[in-house]
Amino acid sequence: MSDDPILRIRGLQKSFGDNHVLRGMDLDVKQGDCIAILGASGSGKSTFLRCLNFMEIPSDGEIIHAGKTVGTARNGKPRLYPEGELTKVRQKVGMVFQQFNLFPHMTVLGNVTEGLRIVQRMDKTGAETRAREELARVGLAEKADEYPARLSGGQKQRVAIARALALAPDLMLFDEPTSALDPELVGEVLNVIRGLADEGRTMLLVTHEVGFAYHVANRVIFMAAGVIQEEGPPEQVLKNPKNPRTQAFLSRHKQFEF
Amino acid sequence: MYREALWIGLLNTLKIFVICLVAGLSLGLAIGLARYSPRRWLRWPAACFIEFFRNTPVLVQIFWFYFAFPILAPFEITSLTAAALGITLNSAAFSAEIFRGGIQSIDPGQWEAGRAIGMRHRDIMRRIILPQAVRRMLPALTNRGIEIFKMTTLASAIAYADVLHQARLIASINYNPIEAYTVVALVFFAILYPVVRATYALERHMAKGD
Repeated sequence: MSDDPILRIRGLQKSFGDNHVLRGMDLDVKQGDCIAILGASGSGKSTFLRCLNFMEIPSDGEIIHAGKTVGTARNGKPRLYPEGELTKVRQKVGMVFQQFNLFPHMTVLGNVTEGLRIVQRMDKTGAETRAREELARVGLAEKADEYPARLSGGQKQRVAIARALALAPDLMLFDEPTSALDPELVGEVLNVIRGLADEGRTMLLVTHEVGFAYHVANRVIFMAAGVIQEEGPPEQVLKNPKNPRTQAFLSRHKQFEF
Repeated sequence: MYREALWIGLLNTLKIFVICLVAGLSLGLAIGLARYSPRRWLRWPAACFIEFFRNTPVLVQIFWFYFAFPILAPFEITSLTAAALGITLNSAAFSAEIFRGGIQSIDPGQWEAGRAIGMRHRDIMRRIILPQAVRRMLPALTNRGIEIFKMTTLASAIAYADVLHQARLIASINYNPIEAYTVVALVFFAILYPVVRATYALERHMAKGD
């Protein structure tokens, strides 16, 4: 049972009108995996990640979460994804956005307790204790009563990570978590993510930080044109890429150091 | 005695105002939400309602409810009910647009963040979107309240005993339209001007808060 992948993705496709962004993705995410997804902009890597917690509804294919296929099949039409089922999956698949998306009208503590209180119906004291644990983990225990407007970008993103962790997800999705940050703030967020990887948390990370991917991920996926072009351990994909597209992409990211 | 008549009129004006304000804004919120609903069978009637009541004069609606409606339906309608219906439905249509605009002005990332922690559509609306949207809509909603207050004078056209109706009675008995109508204008000004000033102060305060 524990060998079962947390997530199995089979033949995943996504189109926006005529624009065929994902053209059949297959992937197994196992317990403890830290998978970095690389690719040029427009390769479909963010759309792929966003399909995994149904921020985007897949046009075709199946996502099997904890052994159960999400959604209901319909004859000749795309699968049906009822809201009630998706809210359950999303509690188990946390997501961190490029733009943080903190709730500006709530304190830091309010942001982190929101899911616990409203979705998991936890009582106030329990939710706050739980939220403070996660805030301490991302190093922001003392900011609990601040409003997001008073935080730096790096602090906002760490609160967003705590907000996702509070629900105890079995998989975390990071969608370019450092792309909106000033360069000097990138490090503090990457350190938190590295800490989570070291704890053995399962995660998928869309990133441009090739060096970070090399050091933290146990698998690297290179995407282009809506499919996986190359996949494997970081040494293989990043140091000895076989696919010409991967080689071209990496040669444009020469500045990274191993 | 005239003062007492005016006083009764003012109370009646406040009465119809409170009814129309509460009913108009609540109905407006409901229709604004329907207008933004993911369900087409809610969206479409809401759009029709808004367009119909936005594009017909309130006075015509009041006359319709007072004179035409009782012919179609077998019950009496008081002048208060007819006037309140007309003003409420009209205000609901206008405030629905305010609510819809306010809701749409919120960054879609807020919806995504709510969905990502497993919240349902209605909880995101209630907990995340509306509290932020209402703050932005406050100036527009106050304006609507002021409009509703002034619109209540239309009720006098179907003999509802509001402050304007009372003044007209007094003026016709005493032949003193100058005094009577000046008093009515001053009453409205005295009530609304402080409200408008408070709105400006509130707007400045919120501009700082953002």
